[in-house]
Amino acid sequence: MLRLILRDLRLVFRQGSDATAALMFFVLCVVLFPFGVGPEPNVLTRIAPGVILIAALLAALLSMERLFQGDFEDGSLELLLLSPLPAEGVAVAKVAAHWLVTGVPLLLVAPLLALLLRMPVEQLGLLVGTLALATPLLSLIGAVGAALTLGARRSGVLLPLLVLPLYIPVLIFAAAGLDAGLSGLSPRPHLLLLGGLLCGALVLAPLAIAAALRAAHE
Amino acid sequence: MTSPPHFTGRDLLCLRGGRLVFQDLDFTLAPGGCLTLVGPNGSGKSTLLRLMAALLKPLRGTIAWDGVALAQDPEAHRARLHYVGHLDAVKASFTCREILSFWAGVRGVADRAAVDRALAAFAIDTIADVPGRFLSAGQRRRLSLARLVAAPAPLWLLDEPTVGLDRASVALLEGAIAHHRAGGGRVVLSTHIDLATPDGAVLDLAAFAPRGDEDDGDVAEDAA
Repeated sequence: MLRLILRDLRLVFRQGSDATAALMFFVLCVVLFPFGVGPEPNVLTRIAPGVILIAALLAALLSMERLFQGDFEDGSLELLLLSPLPAEGVAVAKVAAHWLVTGVPLLLVAPLLALLLRMPVEQLGLLVGTLALATPLLSLIGAVGAALTLGARRSGVLLPLLVLPLYIPVLIFAAAGLDAGLSGLSPRPHLLLLGGLLCGALVLAPLAIAAALRAAHE
Repeated sequence: MTSPPHFTGRDLLCLRGGRLVFQDLDFTLAPGGCLTLVGPNGSGKSTLLRLMAALLKPLRGTIAWDGVALAQDPEAHRARLHYVGHLDAVKASFTCREILSFWAGVRGVADRAAVDRALAAFAIDTIADVPGRFLSAGQRRRLSLARLVAAPAPLWLLDEPTVGLDRASVALLEGAIAHHRAGGGRVVLSTHIDLATPDGAVLDLAAFAPRGDEDDGDVAEDAA
């Protein structure tokens, strides 16, 4: 499994494009908001959590379509499913690699963008913490959609339709946590719920992904 | 009944896309044996190989290894097979050596020497450090076949392994198959050209094509 993660990371470093594109998309998306809503500091502070979360969500979705596509098209996925690795292990490794190349850079850039949107400095820790819980969830849920749409024509259109509704709980709890922090309340309950979602997804998503990958090869 | 150390299929029936591909198909493969699948296009050669790899499940009948049905222990079955399909699983940005050591590593072989041996066995040692995007179709195919040698597995399932290969490479493949069989390994392959497999059995899938214009609705009926 570790070998597969390392291979995927190497693949991204050699070919680059996908992960960097997602990150650039995230940055540009957030940077565009002050131009759209105007530079009013109060407004920006108010909408900052939502803007960052939605941009993160769309960035995750952008890179998701290619998650299994490359390996599916060149036959690698078939061989992985026929290897002694359990299909669930393949799923976990692919998602872990995806999170490392899209989720983690996003975590690192998010505080800078938050400052741009006039988020108070004290809140940056909370922002990174929330994103640290939310981004793996986005990768896990998105990967289920990516596996299900594998081999379907126009999977690029199908994938957002399938996955975006499932992203709603993540968005709700993450945004509520950040809002609570901004208004001086404890973000703890929201983060706990987010953590609960993550635990559930960590167990269930690999099972669903594995089943979908197997079905794609029938 | 067959004696235990056999790879067998009994009474197989397969349906693909609502069409009956073959029925009443039986096969037996003893250690060291080779089964060559022949038949016209669409007669189910690839489908049978995918059934043997447990990528597909037969609608009726069972495939068993040592008397244990594949469905009961798919993980053990995956550990003992090599599958070479139509796609070569070559990544454009990885060199031949990297690709091969990854696939060997997935099967628990982390030995550099084994990878080098496999590269040499299919005469790709001279291009070991060339990235996948510069390989010709024949070279890609040879790299895919080198996986067979890099990590040993008792059962080889080869779906038209000779596609894209020149005469010299076909000879290398024949040599690898003979060596594998001499060590008790089993091979099932489909091919359209003559591939020398001494004492190998031939299974003509045309013989198991659906008889007459049998209605697909009767398929579930149990012949036994």
